[in-house]
Amino acid sequence: MPSEQPQYLYKYRQVPGIDDIDVYLKHEGYNAVRKALTMDQEAIINEVKLSGLRGRGGAGFPTFIKWNGIPKNWDKPHYLVVNADEGEPGTAKDRDLMNALPHLLVEGCIISCWAIRSKACYIYIRGEYIQPARQIQKAIDQAYAKGFLGKNILGSGFDLDMYVHMGAGAYECGEESALMSSLMGERGMPRHKPPSAPLPVISGVWDSPTIVNNVETIATAVPIINMGGAEYAKVGTGTPGAGPASRGTKLITLSGHVKKPGNYEIVLGTPVREIIYEIGGGIKNDKKLKFFIPGGSSTPLLPPEFLDTPYDYEALGKTGSLLGSGALIVYDETVSVPALMTRLMHFYAHESCGKCTPCREGTNWLVKIHDRIMAGGGRPEDIDLLLDISNNIFGRSFCALGDAAAMPLAGFFAGKGAIYYFREEYEELIRNGAGGKKRAFAPLQMAGV
Amino acid sequence: MLTEEVYKKIDTLIAKYPTKKAALLPALWVAQAANDNWLPREAMADVAKYLGLAPAYVEGVATFYTMYNKAPVGRHHLEVCHNIVCMVVGADELIDHIGGKLGVGRGETTPDRKFTLNTAECLGACANAPCMMVGDTYYEDLTTEKVDEILADLARK
Repeated sequence: MPSEQPQYLYKYRQVPGIDDIDVYLKHEGYNAVRKALTMDQEAIINEVKLSGLRGRGGAGFPTFIKWNGIPKNWDKPHYLVVNADEGEPGTAKDRDLMNALPHLLVEGCIISCWAIRSKACYIYIRGEYIQPARQIQKAIDQAYAKGFLGKNILGSGFDLDMYVHMGAGAYECGEESALMSSLMGERGMPRHKPPSAPLPVISGVWDSPTIVNNVETIATAVPIINMGGAEYAKVGTGTPGAGPASRGTKLITLSGHVKKPGNYEIVLGTPVREIIYEIGGGIKNDKKLKFFIPGGSSTPLLPPEFLDTPYDYEALGKTGSLLGSGALIVYDETVSVPALMTRLMHFYAHESCGKCTPCREGTNWLVKIHDRIMAGGGRPEDIDLLLDISNNIFGRSFCALGDAAAMPLAGFFAGKGAIYYFREEYEELIRNGAGGKKRAFAPLQMAGV
Repeated sequence: MLTEEVYKKIDTLIAKYPTKKAALLPALWVAQAANDNWLPREAMADVAKYLGLAPAYVEGVATFYTMYNKAPVGRHHLEVCHNIVCMVVGADELIDHIGGKLGVGRGETTPDRKFTLNTAECLGACANAPCMMVGDTYYEDLTTEKVDEILADLARK
């Protein structure tokens, strides 16, 4: 790891036993809670504002705006819901954080709950993450035992209860409103968004003011309170307060064909080339880089000419892709783009909740065409049909899942996705049939469905 | 068909939420764990009755989520990730390898009901791909040799 990358979240990542509260307490553990409880709500939210923190789950929405949206002086209960439903292919950083540093999340939750006057916090963890859930539950139990949770925390008069809630296998539940439905015991389907419905900060779970934030976002409250928002914002790109900026650090999951895949904390704005070739050690088996996916499976891929792009929200946005959840996937020259996209389309078709027609029908249509091309039965007009369908899903689906399926193929507003960069590969497959390499793509199998 | 013990566990779950309905997902987990890792209709109906919900509603919720098994599964439920990271580092070959060793295809259970082989969508261990989940355990950075050891180990359990 290059030494110039400050480690705010991962500062004590390598300390043995840091998942235990006694070890954690010896390494500044719960200092931020002690400090936060001496501050008033506005002061905490102001530090978050100064930090320039943007939601680390994928959307990049300024965190302080969400927190500020919680109504003042309402007698309704307020809730903090932590989104630990990490299901975006390529993303594994929240799992790592919960496994290795569970108290960082619990501490962040306490600060956030104090800031939004919430007395109950639910950590919604995807069903597959049984081990991380155990780590978080252990941390919660230890925090109760030491008086950081429960009644009258550290004599401040503040009461807080924290619960783990397990999902049960549905990518859709990572979407904010679907996650809230799931938490309330429903199918994980999205709700209406404003203007036709109130924001969750007004009416979220159980019709009460609710903040939904990603694991990493909440954990970042700890270094922000410890060091102060202005100090946290000293690294990154853009000028704080002057338009959109990418301040601070970001956890990334580096995966695919790199020599040293892993979860890393990087300063926002680090060039992609440095991440892949220095932090990641370069391409596995010294093959050639074919393309990379910057922010998880829903973000359009980028060819090597974008290697010098700074890894931040604005610069990646300008390329026609996105920073997303911080999942940098690297692919070497051996990868077939249509084959990869076929697998991905199967994923989105399977995970579509079925609520809206563009996504439900569109994703399945994308699958059928891809399957046909892969089986050697592609038609020349299929490529434009794929683009047409994608463009008809994009912006027309109920939630972002439809967009997430369309973007890898057809791109974001700039219109540059897999088909734009690798159209010849599709054309060749269609011209030559499957080229003797027919591979049936078995759909996802489940017991009894 | 649910036992007193299961209902007691569900009671502790209900206490965590402002509504009974919110305890549905965790209650189904408890019911599934108590029933050889799958959810017969009767179990879903019992959960429905206990939480004051319609059986059709509970079934509707249960069928939405892939991790509630609606049919019996083997004692060891192998779920091998095959999404876009695991795929390019050998997941398909691993699935074929496991299927060949166990004599089953995707979604099938061995006749002795010891193993069920399934594919999974992104297990969120992409930095350690390929990976698979067996029950509550993740196995990461898999190779065919590693998989052989894991299968031999599981076969003894």
